[in-house]
Amino acid sequence: MNLKNFFGKIFRIFGVGKIVKLGFYGPPNAGKTSLANRICKDFTGEEIGKVSKIPHETRNVQFKEKVEISYKKKKMIFKMVDTPGISTRIDYEDFLKYKIKKKEAKERAKEATQGVIESIKWLDDMDVVVVVLDATKNPYDQVNITIIGNLAARKIPVLIIANKIDLKKSNIKKIESAFPEYKVVGISARYGKNFDKFYEEVFKISKKA
Amino acid sequence: MVKKKVKKIKGFTMQFLPYSEIRDLNSDERIKKILEIILGNKILILQGKLKSEEETRLIGDTMAMIRHIKNFKGIELAVISGNESEGFFENFKKNLVNIISGGDLGAITIIGPATIVKEIKRNPKKIELLLNR
Repeated sequence: MNLKNFFGKIFRIFGVGKIVKLGFYGPPNAGKTSLANRICKDFTGEEIGKVSKIPHETRNVQFKEKVEISYKKKKMIFKMVDTPGISTRIDYEDFLKYKIKKKEAKERAKEATQGVIESIKWLDDMDVVVVVLDATKNPYDQVNITIIGNLAARKIPVLIIANKIDLKKSNIKKIESAFPEYKVVGISARYGKNFDKFYEEVFKISKKA
Repeated sequence: MVKKKVKKIKGFTMQFLPYSEIRDLNSDERIKKILEIILGNKILILQGKLKSEEETRLIGDTMAMIRHIKNFKGIELAVISGNESEGFFENFKKNLVNIISGGDLGAITIIGPATIVKEIKRNPKKIELLLNR
């Protein structure tokens, strides 16, 4: 082991100096940007992106560099990477339900397809990934399985977030049984519920990166 | 990419693709073959499953095609595998069989064009194919 590797290892053990690339992945409208916004707002005072009820609001990969997160006297520096939702189908007509004009809906659909391609391209660059799932929806969707399968194949540490636990229909147990090999943390990104547990698990998996 | 146009459909066809037909193909050729079937407005039942990186590649190529092919709205995809939470020896045996056969033949992959398949609802015990009217 050369000197650079040796000190690199020592620094990593103590979590010093390393910037961990933390990716937020998942299907559209699961709350990836809401979660990233809350973290960024808490630790930098600024949000990472706009949120909306309309699917595919995030159509470009968004970043926030050097976000220093403190949790129980520990500190780690992250590069936050918020990605567009991954889906297998995009139909501009789906956006018309949200009273968007046809021309705008078509443009949104076009940008959304590019967003999915970008998200997939970025998979390789992540150190750690938080997969954000909507706890009110069926977790057995193939997109979720594909994302998690890809991260496992790339040996990227994964934390699964069951978001929207403030809603009555939410079911964390269903997500836990769909992905028994992974740690699942239930949160409400909207109301900041259970974030202590979230940070604890993020710190744990980031040490594996 | 050449601009193609997908014809609007009144019915649908299911096509079974045995794993032997894609075993010797590389990832590019596999994805191409699958997408050709989907563009023919058929629901594909594939014996076995794609590698995880091929699945993401399929999604990426599907997105690129939505932009270039009129009336193409994407795909619906589901993989049904056997019992995934088996013991160590069962998994070892299964992995060995998979290596010898060149793929996970205990799985079935269903892929359909989004214009025909509205949704594939899946849970561990059943799978439902909901079609567009």
